[in-house]
Amino acid sequence: MVTMNSEKAATKRKPESNNGGCTKLNNEEPVNLQSAGTTEESPNHLLYKKMEKIVEKMQDETTGVPVRTVKSFMSKIPSVFTGSDLIMWMMKNLDVEDQQEALHLAHLIASHGYFFPIDDHMLTVKNDSTFYRFQTPYFWPSNCWEPENTDYAVYLCKRTMQNKTRLELADYEAENLARLQKMFSRKWEFIFMQAEAQSKVDKKRDKLERKVLDSQERAFWDVHRPMPGCVNTTEIDIKKACQMNKPIHGVKQSNMAPPKISPSTSGLVPPKKSVEQLKKQIIMLKIRIDRRNIKISKAAESFVAYYEQYLEYDSFFAASECPNPWISDSPDLWEQEKLAKDISARRVKRWAFSLKELLQDPVGREHFVKFLDKEFSGENLRFWEAVQDLKALPQSQVQSKAVEIWTEFLAPDAGCPINVDSRSSELTKKNMEVPDRWGFDCAANHVYHLMKSDSYSRYLRSEMYKEFLNGSKKKTSVKGIRSIVSFSARKDNVI
Amino acid sequence: MENESKDCPVLDTIESLTKEAESLKKKLEDERLKLNDVTLATVAERLDIINYMNIKPRRTLKGHQAKVLCSDWSPDKRHIVSSSQDGKMIIWDAFTTNKEHAVTMPTTWVMACAYAPSGNLVACGGLDNKVTVYPLSLDEDVTLKKKTVGTHTSYMSCCLFPNSDQQILTGSGDSTCALWDVESGQLLQSFHGHSADVMAIDLAPSETGNTFVSGSCDKMVLIWDMRSGQCVQSFEGHESDVNSVKFHPSGDAVATGSDDATCRLFDLRADKEIAIYSKESIIFGANSVDFSVSGRLLFAGYNDYTVNVWDTLKCVRVCLLYGHENRVSCLQVSPDGTALSTGSWDYTLRVWA
Repeated sequence: MVTMNSEKAATKRKPESNNGGCTKLNNEEPVNLQSAGTTEESPNHLLYKKMEKIVEKMQDETTGVPVRTVKSFMSKIPSVFTGSDLIMWMMKNLDVEDQQEALHLAHLIASHGYFFPIDDHMLTVKNDSTFYRFQTPYFWPSNCWEPENTDYAVYLCKRTMQNKTRLELADYEAENLARLQKMFSRKWEFIFMQAEAQSKVDKKRDKLERKVLDSQERAFWDVHRPMPGCVNTTEIDIKKACQMNKPIHGVKQSNMAPPKISPSTSGLVPPKKSVEQLKKQIIMLKIRIDRRNIKISKAAESFVAYYEQYLEYDSFFAASECPNPWISDSPDLWEQEKLAKDISARRVKRWAFSLKELLQDPVGREHFVKFLDKEFSGENLRFWEAVQDLKALPQSQVQSKAVEIWTEFLAPDAGCPINVDSRSSELTKKNMEVPDRWGFDCAANHVYHLMKSDSYSRYLRSEMYKEFLNGSKKKTSVKGIRSIVSFSARKDNVI
Repeated sequence: MENESKDCPVLDTIESLTKEAESLKKKLEDERLKLNDVTLATVAERLDIINYMNIKPRRTLKGHQAKVLCSDWSPDKRHIVSSSQDGKMIIWDAFTTNKEHAVTMPTTWVMACAYAPSGNLVACGGLDNKVTVYPLSLDEDVTLKKKTVGTHTSYMSCCLFPNSDQQILTGSGDSTCALWDVESGQLLQSFHGHSADVMAIDLAPSETGNTFVSGSCDKMVLIWDMRSGQCVQSFEGHESDVNSVKFHPSGDAVATGSDDATCRLFDLRADKEIAIYSKESIIFGANSVDFSVSGRLLFAGYNDYTVNVWDTLKCVRVCLLYGHENRVSCLQVSPDGTALSTGSWDYTLRVWA
């Protein structure tokens, strides 16, 4: 049962042996796998551990958030802290950037129930003098609570028995109670008795202790049965839930099997591998060791260079000729792109970045085809594109298209012969025995590199490209760059 | 001694093989250490700090009745397909925020959806273990022409069209990826290598598009050759499920997002992790990542309802995007890089620019 007496409150965590019992009412079937599924490594637990580390720091007696008992009018409010104290502590002790981030993180930790406003069902934090209280570790979500509706019914029922204003049911709680009463009409008597018994125990407690326990219990239910409009933080991603519920990670095993084969999904303790697997692993490792790799400095330089080259095309840094449609609410940019006239210099410049860029732009591709035709070397591009088309075909058409490509470009009496090296030629010939969509890849790669080093570089040097570049709509985009990158500074540093 | 080895020859080989594997691992580690001459952030020191980003929410797409689980941009740069736990798939004109289609699916958990390169077809699936395609037409009910293309033995977690309307690449909870022929539903290639659920895939932006990357709950990131079905490279380092993988626009690296609350950058040429994007105050898992056009920015959607924008080169956070009221489940930069879309458990999608 989800309730707490003094002894339980004294123990820091929910005892393991109690695992089943406390989520269920006596005679019920054990419920699904959630409790077993939530292994120590599950994503939620990883998060709980991190939050608890922070909360434990917050609760440190000397360096934590100052917790006080506040005297108010006729009574005392035990063990509370203010929102502003909490936020101040977080700003000082966590690496949050600003107050907004601190508030956001505080809100998230609160919505998981680690601390809560003392008289509000909405688990959030405000940066003011509102009072908050820490949840007892017993009720922390890491204890794999999956409280049932019967537990909730007992709790709500109990609240109706204690005629204290602070325990009065909120509207949504009253509605929930009515619904539960309908649902459990046959065992309502039992639920009522349970509530009565709990209520009796509660009444014997010290007044201040009761105040604290009542609020902690309420906060527990605010996490597991949140107020309408509040996020239920106990929900698990459906993919993760599926993964945890797979048969190999069954419930029963967790108790019986030795720890080695515990239901660990991600293999912190790798299972013994078979000879086959090991051999495979060794082969993979050898391949990796033999691989020629570049140094970090070289990789880093390439990414910096890539950024510098593409900076003016990155809408998050630079503005283009047309304003960003999402900001200006005008689709001019897209309309402009569709028109094949008035190509901007900025766009033509990009064709020189790589052959891929050139071919990606329909206008660029067309221009390149014209150039190739003038050079009488259009067959290479036609072949390469035919191979790309082949890869995109439905399986049913692959074979006939493959034969077509072969006859047109590679067969001894091909209508439009292309030159490939003997190795690719041999390989392709062999692949043609069983034609498939990837049979020409080797030859196509060869042709692509040929194009890149030969026709493409000549294209870039050609008058034809230069004329197009100069004739294209000139509009400098540098001035449009959003005050983020200063060009002069950057250029000075480039060696 | 002799007896022992006779009794358990298998164990002996396992032991020796394990030993060999261990020593190779050590050697590999040493080799890789030699490549660590400088850090990415050091090289990027010469770049100016990005000190101001004016990214704001520009559109809010409301219409789903439950958590948005996945979304994908149309090649036309303004439409978005999204799928939700309410069993609906919606086609939006994100620019006007109008809904153009709302398709009810046979399963309530539509975990993945994707636009075909032509923009005339979408694929989706989820807990039904299937990937189904829907041709989009404004004249008739799109469900009339739906077609189931492939079936996994567990949920379908992610899908994409690899440069063609005629093929679909899927990732599944059955820990495999698969390439399907749309017309016949034939399995063209399957990809075995992960030891747990595949969560995300992405196609390499090379001119041939023959390789793709996958991320899985086995914490691994694998690079595959679509032609052979073989895993050609693998990356480790994450401490929990890898939820998202995305190629750098240059195709030379892969960014990842994980439940360990970090994003990382793995370089294919250096064959190792070259950057980690994390902060002590970020404790929630990352669900989805994507690059800006220049590769300088990495957007990452987290379970803490925010999007963190990382400077990939200086390895620092540039800013935080607040707005969603529940987990950010999916995120994608639009095809022309003008906007960022996010989908959330708060039932909405947003477009930022």
